[in-house]
Amino acid sequence: MAVSPLAPIETDDPSHKEDHKPDRPWIVLVWNDPINLMSYVTMVFQKLFGYSLEKATALMLDVHQKGRAVVSSGPREKAEFDVSRLHAHGLWATMQHDV
Amino acid sequence: MSEDNPTYAEPHPRIARLGSGRFALEIPAEERRLLLNLLPDLGQLVETRDPATKRLFPTAYHDDPEKEAEYQGLMANDLAAGRLAAIATVEETIDRPEIDMPALERWMEAINSLRLVLGTRLEVGEDLPSLGADDPDAPAYAVYEYLGWLMEQAVRAMSEDLGGP
Repeated sequence: MAVSPLAPIETDDPSHKEDHKPDRPWIVLVWNDPINLMSYVTMVFQKLFGYSLEKATALMLDVHQKGRAVVSSGPREKAEFDVSRLHAHGLWATMQHDV
Repeated sequence: MSEDNPTYAEPHPRIARLGSGRFALEIPAEERRLLLNLLPDLGQLVETRDPATKRLFPTAYHDDPEKEAEYQGLMANDLAAGRLAAIATVEETIDRPEIDMPALERWMEAINSLRLVLGTRLEVGEDLPSLGADDPDAPAYAVYEYLGWLMEQAVRAMSEDLGGP
């Protein structure tokens, strides 16, 4: 079969491939704040994400001692949903691309 | 975050777990009056998006103003409506001897919102200052600490419920 002179040419142009890369995952961060009780933050992590008491406590301590912790990750819609639930519970949460 | 204060070993719990999904309320009259005075003020601050409520409407996207505006457009009204519903639930149930799990969740949301707004107004840090009784901020700090004490009991009751039968 004759190849049309107007047929698209397959290339390996990386800048072109970039557009088709699946969404990079998002991470949800919770930041330390002086108001929320430590026990409350632990409970919120258990309740919202189904984490065990041990995991929720470790995350809470990370937030408290390191200033922030990654509490969940995923596609943008999921991350935004998690952020909004954390906000409804009064926690200081943000989301950004995983790097 | 603020430390859980071990001196809050209360002789008369205001909120306690009774059994699966059931919680006892025993708020003395003067504390009910205090809460019923504070809650309408909180409602007004939420409705007018007073700067003191900034912790109730946090930023989701630190470094992307466009996505942030989109997020606030989608969520801010829901967040405000949730707080107003929580306030209404506390006002409706404060005289009851017993509440269920959804009501306790709203109690926590309302008490925590009061703490977030008061803490923002007082610009609290990790350690609370020791104030003289004549300090103009002393009453507000006393209320802030009372709300923390109440919150601690709600958290304990809820955590017990998450943990066991």
